[in-house]
Amino acid sequence: MAGTAPPEWETVIGLETHVQLRTVSKMFCGCSTAFGAPPNTNVCPVCLGLPGALPLANGLALQLAVRAALALGCTVHPRSVFARKNYFYPDLPKGYQISQFEQPLSTDGSLSYLSPDRGIATTTIQRLHVEEDAGKSLHDRFPRQTAIDLNRCGVPLIEIVTGPDFRSPQEARAYLLTLKQLLEYAGVSDCDMEKGSLRVDANVSVRRVGEAVLGTKTEVKNINSFAYVEKALTVERDRQIAVLEAGGKVEQQTLLYDAKTNAVRLQRAKEESHDYRYFPDPDLPPLELREEFIAEQQALLPELPAKKRERFVEKYALSVTDAAVLTADRAVADYYEAVVHAGSGADAKAAANWVMTEVLADAKDHGDGLRVQPGALANLIGLVRGGTLSHQAAKRVFSEVAEHGGEPRNVAEALGLIQVADTGVVTGWVSEVLAEHPTEVARYKSGETKLMPFFIGQVMKVSRGKADPKLAQRVLEEKLVA
Amino acid sequence: MTDPSEALASAKATADRLVKAKRFNACLTPVRELRKALVTQAQATHPSGVLYGMPVAVKDNICTLEFTTTCGSKILEGYRSPYEATAVAKLKAAGALIAGKTNCDEFAMGSSTEHSAYGRVLHPFDKTRVPGGSSGGSAALVAAGAVPAALGSETGGSVRQPASLCGVVGIKPTYGRVSRWGLVAFGSSLDQIGVLGRSVHDAARVLSVISGRDPKDSTCEDRDPLRLPNVPESLQGFVIGIPKEYFSADLDPAVRRACDRAVRLLKELGAAVREVALPHTAYAVPTYYILAPAEASSNLARYDGARYGPRFDGSADVRALYRTTRGEGFGSEVRRRILLGTYVLSSGYYDAYYRKAQQMRALIAQDFRNAFDRGVDLLFTPTTPTPAFKAGEKVDDPVAMYLSDIFTVTANLAGLPAISIPIGRIKGLPIGGQFIGQAFLEDEMLEAAYALERVVPATEEA
Repeated sequence: MAGTAPPEWETVIGLETHVQLRTVSKMFCGCSTAFGAPPNTNVCPVCLGLPGALPLANGLALQLAVRAALALGCTVHPRSVFARKNYFYPDLPKGYQISQFEQPLSTDGSLSYLSPDRGIATTTIQRLHVEEDAGKSLHDRFPRQTAIDLNRCGVPLIEIVTGPDFRSPQEARAYLLTLKQLLEYAGVSDCDMEKGSLRVDANVSVRRVGEAVLGTKTEVKNINSFAYVEKALTVERDRQIAVLEAGGKVEQQTLLYDAKTNAVRLQRAKEESHDYRYFPDPDLPPLELREEFIAEQQALLPELPAKKRERFVEKYALSVTDAAVLTADRAVADYYEAVVHAGSGADAKAAANWVMTEVLADAKDHGDGLRVQPGALANLIGLVRGGTLSHQAAKRVFSEVAEHGGEPRNVAEALGLIQVADTGVVTGWVSEVLAEHPTEVARYKSGETKLMPFFIGQVMKVSRGKADPKLAQRVLEEKLVA
Repeated sequence: MTDPSEALASAKATADRLVKAKRFNACLTPVRELRKALVTQAQATHPSGVLYGMPVAVKDNICTLEFTTTCGSKILEGYRSPYEATAVAKLKAAGALIAGKTNCDEFAMGSSTEHSAYGRVLHPFDKTRVPGGSSGGSAALVAAGAVPAALGSETGGSVRQPASLCGVVGIKPTYGRVSRWGLVAFGSSLDQIGVLGRSVHDAARVLSVISGRDPKDSTCEDRDPLRLPNVPESLQGFVIGIPKEYFSADLDPAVRRACDRAVRLLKELGAAVREVALPHTAYAVPTYYILAPAEASSNLARYDGARYGPRFDGSADVRALYRTTRGEGFGSEVRRRILLGTYVLSSGYYDAYYRKAQQMRALIAQDFRNAFDRGVDLLFTPTTPTPAFKAGEKVDDPVAMYLSDIFTVTANLAGLPAISIPIGRIKGLPIGGQFIGQAFLEDEMLEAAYALERVVPATEEA
């Protein structure tokens, strides 16, 4: 089916996102959170759930969680409670997960994002709470046996729950990308879906347009990459519409998305749903956060993407689109501002063009590294503006500096790219070009003035990019009129 | 004791006494292993510690490196902890010798030490009777004179109740006074390691060593270790409250006589005695039997045969593994409490049971605060409603068994310190009296206990 739902149907989606906090150690013990360690090496009595071991909350994780909550405009509660979520699974060594339930860390936030359907849209963030991750069951490691790796067990997570606010899979994806950007900015998480540090579960329902009551929802799990978010949700939306159009009923159930077949399959029906028997964890006192602590976390938040975008538009007179490109990544935004402010300062608009084209292209080809120092780029832009380098030549200098370093002026000189603004020399190149193209000269003279760029191009070619194009044009005009 | 040869002699003598006490089935550590471990420890320990050379037995639900930690359960048969409890580490640092692991009700659930997978513990005075529980092994070993002190644990009276029944001293400290790190959890919000000793002083000095802050336990208070008070000349200035709910009309007359005698002695020591009301006392046992099983149902979820302990099924199906391991590995009382706890936490029942019980717990704690706010320093009550009962008498009647904790569960629910000391005999069987103190004022409680201990005819019929 196509990317959009039939017009008489409305899709309603809410997302629960689990994000790994950027800490060195686990949520309730000192074990490392490093990704990719040999199985069951980052473990201790606490995260193994050995008899008699007790959890101790990780202070840094709490700081990061509070920062995430504040970045999402949530109310951070001065008192929240850790709760046990009880269920049996071999990769859950204690038989319960420490999470938060009745009294979460924070509630009532919101996040604005650019909806492909509706422009700027805002979703409510119902709650953001802290919890620990479970281990990993590996079903394909040994034949007919399940292997358990408990390295992930106890890794600190926040769970971010939105309201049922998205009206299409595309919106859900747009929100997720905005959320990822925000949390990366806030330094809360690396949000790497491939490493499992950002995971999404979705609640999906459909209803006929105009209906006030929400349809029966299903929960879709196992959406493992951004690319699958839209696919999985589209598949489920279309399945529900097909069921309802055939006169059937949507069953409340939990589904797993299978990327290989691009289909959902039943994990468990409603009757099989767990009763998690939440209750306050008696091993951990209620989490009391002082007002000053919360204020401190607020102060530690950097400027967030939306704010930065607005400021770039205002301060650097950029278009909203350009500002969005430049602020998409915090490192790029910082780089851009460094270029603008380096030395005597580069022209904001020119700097923006350079960063959006050459710098980002180079970064993409070289593993996201911003290889040319901001000061060097500012100098390079200065050389173009001062007429010392043509834009064409400057691009060559950029590549050279990116590859081997060096000061742009020296590199340009070494490459013989310094623009020649000597009328005598330029006149020489112009004469050479005119002599080589008598036909075009004749056509120009009979009124085909649109050939001027051709002549300038030829002069640049003959001069190997060194001729000052403005001077060349002036000399050409003089000669061709004469 | 400051001489290494004395420590070695003490170790050997302790081993001999433990061999003699073997018939009570109070010690789970095999004798040969125990003798070897005691000698090794005596040779290794440094003579500077305040408990240098003192043998202390440890209840089997407290993790030790030297011995297995089975919690009296088949599900942890042969389990050896890779780390030790903070209380045990502190004992060793003070020069004490860990004198083996004591038998107990499975996962500390019981009041008679009949619910152990390793057989029941016999009362040292009468082998047809129970020593109380769940720290019955620790109480019996102290009563038999095998060790001067032993660690026990309390969730609802499991140190004081066997202390009362065996005629020894039992202290339950304030919740948060002693680290729970390494104490295998039963009802985490109630659990505390406690001490059984042949005298107030023996129990108190062990408590002093194991108390104090521990960064590994978030529920352990950031306080210095308990400082031992001096034995007071009198109890002049003490106001001791007698809660009338603990002396109802149906109280065993002999127990009442023993308590009355103790109260008379307290007055003679100069204490002012006055009646107080703790109106929510009647709800303590039902409240306890909702909250403790609720926490236990979660705390015991980890014993599933997947990672440690024996597996009772070779099936590849994980559900079958859980079912058989937990079905066969746990005894009937543990299974009963897991079911009870699972029920009261289930959605639809949580508000009716768990939440209500939490509210009642707060009211019970408030009762005590009200009494203390009215100028009462300590409360004095019987520790148990009866002396040691017959083995088998209550094992098939859980409610009757639960009611033997009627005077002790309140201190656990309120998180308060309490001590039981022997105050007399009833037909030859010991009976204890209990002081309940204010939070973290163990020193005052110990002063009163010291004073009463000196004058009470603990071995005479009441």
